Amino acid sequence: MLGYLLRRLLAAIPVMGVVTLFVFLLLRLTPGDPAAILAGDNATAEQLERIRVSLGLNEPLYTQFFTWIGRLAHGDLGTSLTSNQPVLKLIGQRIEPSIAIAVSTIVLSILIAVPLGVIAAWQRGTWIDRFVMGLSVIGFSVPVFVIGYVLIQIFAIDLHWLPVQGYRSIAGGFGPFLERLILPTLTLSFIYVALIARMTRASMLDVLGEDYVRTARAKGINEAGVLLRHGLRNAAVPVITVIGTGFALLISGVVVTESVFNLPGIGRLTVDAVLGRDYPVIQGLILLTSGVYLGVNLLIDVAYTLLDPRIRY
Amino acid sequence: MAIETLPEPTIPITRPLRSAPELLTATPVIAAAAVCLGLVIVSAIAAPWLSPHDPLLLAPAQRLKPASAQFLLGTDGYGRDVLSRILYGGRISLLIGLGSAVFSVGIGLMIGLVSGFFKWIDAIMMRVMDGLMAIPSILLAIAVVSLSGASLMTVMVAITIPEIPRVARLVRSVVLSAREEPYVEAAISLGSSLPKIMRRHLMPNTIAPLIVQGTYVCASAILTEAILSFLGAGISPETPTWGNIMAEGRAYFQIKPSLIFWPGLVLSIAILSVNLIGDAARDALDPRLKQRGGGQ
Repeated sequence: MLGYLLRRLLAAIPVMGVVTLFVFLLLRLTPGDPAAILAGDNATAEQLERIRVSLGLNEPLYTQFFTWIGRLAHGDLGTSLTSNQPVLKLIGQRIEPSIAIAVSTIVLSILIAVPLGVIAAWQRGTWIDRFVMGLSVIGFSVPVFVIGYVLIQIFAIDLHWLPVQGYRSIAGGFGPFLERLILPTLTLSFIYVALIARMTRASMLDVLGEDYVRTARAKGINEAGVLLRHGLRNAAVPVITVIGTGFALLISGVVVTESVFNLPGIGRLTVDAVLGRDYPVIQGLILLTSGVYLGVNLLIDVAYTLLDPRIRY
Repeated sequence: MAIETLPEPTIPITRPLRSAPELLTATPVIAAAAVCLGLVIVSAIAAPWLSPHDPLLLAPAQRLKPASAQFLLGTDGYGRDVLSRILYGGRISLLIGLGSAVFSVGIGLMIGLVSGFFKWIDAIMMRVMDGLMAIPSILLAIAVVSLSGASLMTVMVAITIPEIPRVARLVRSVVLSAREEPYVEAAISLGSSLPKIMRRHLMPNTIAPLIVQGTYVCASAILTEAILSFLGAGISPETPTWGNIMAEGRAYFQIKPSLIFWPGLVLSIAILSVNLIGDAARDALDPRLKQRGGGQ
């Protein structure tokens, strides 16, 4: 097991290497002077020089790369061009709302989508199945921000049940925190429920056709036991996998949802960075989210061994 | 001596759907999706003739007018006709959807074919593809657009890059299994040239999955363009695109929510139709999936 973990960690290194190289080259290989691109059209010569020095653009390309990698290894993601603050500090200040939405979305989506997928597979071909699959296609097709505004219109503006926008830190009390988290979570859950329900259904259909399920039924085990103990346990691996690969989708969704609900998270940081052409911040966000993505998928690989005793490393 | 005849085959022979019209009318839902998509495409192409007003004409006196006979869907914060902007917006959105699908399928096909055939290229290319897949697509697209400026071409490139690994991996997996087939081994041992083997024996295997993947890429590209415009990282705001109309509508959401809902509805219908047609194509081209229940 330890050996496997080590091998997986080693395999993640070249992937992360590609991400860093890509992020590094993107700025340097864009046609034109990188400093001028970042500073905008009205920049003065001093501003250009400041950016060149800050990003080390006067050095040869390979020196720039190794200096940059060295800093990264020390946890230095660079300095924001607009606020002059370390990128890691900026991200740290904005991470709480993003983690709150991401975690609540994953939990809510699993709670809704797995039962939906199991029921759809169990009642294959009936109206329930068609309803779940229809819901799943709609979840994939309606943009997150459209869902967000529809929910705001219904629950905040028409019914006055929940606040329209904004965020309260969990430190300021759980009630206000939760109240402002409900609509963003519901919004983002739509697409994730669609993804997980679809995979649960397909995976369950595969398993329900197996001989051991027929044997379990023949032994007279009740239907819930067949579905959960013999069905879902064996169908879990692809479902967990899709939760992991869907993580990149979740991060993109968080960026959009935060914009809709005016939440001060990393999504807003991204949008501000785009408007201010603050490339070090965008670069830092890409590196961090890609690292988290790889980490989550590594954990999921480890989770396989717990879910499926046949998988041994 | 009587010769026993072979028994009649007991496996029912199903005829695969062959033509596009047959595919698009397979079920009422798919037929409806085809009609909706057809309407969106026709209205986008015919936008100059269908639009009642100039989509770029600023008319401050007509700001935020409600729906009326003159402005069927009302006007936006600059007094521009929303219906005309939605009709014109479809042109950019569909162009980006189609363009990204064609580019990512084309580039992904090349990478997948070469990776599936040469082990040493495969080892490098797949690490590159893994790296690209680890970057959230919106952040990747935002980075490209913020560096290269927001033009139609940049946005299309920004949307295409994250889609390439998915196509390349698909093609590679098809090539890996196809190259073990006897007809490919035969072609290799007969001394066929590599381009010929790829073109004649490997590429035909990839066409069916690529058609399906292409429709999904198209839907996803239309969605990503709208998200980029919505976040302010898309094509310049005065150009009518569905995402831009919604982005401008954000400021007036509490007084005029229809500025977001109308383009949102058209956008959702377009993406839903493309996705449904993609599902139908997958079921028709790979009946195994349908039997397994992966289809609709």
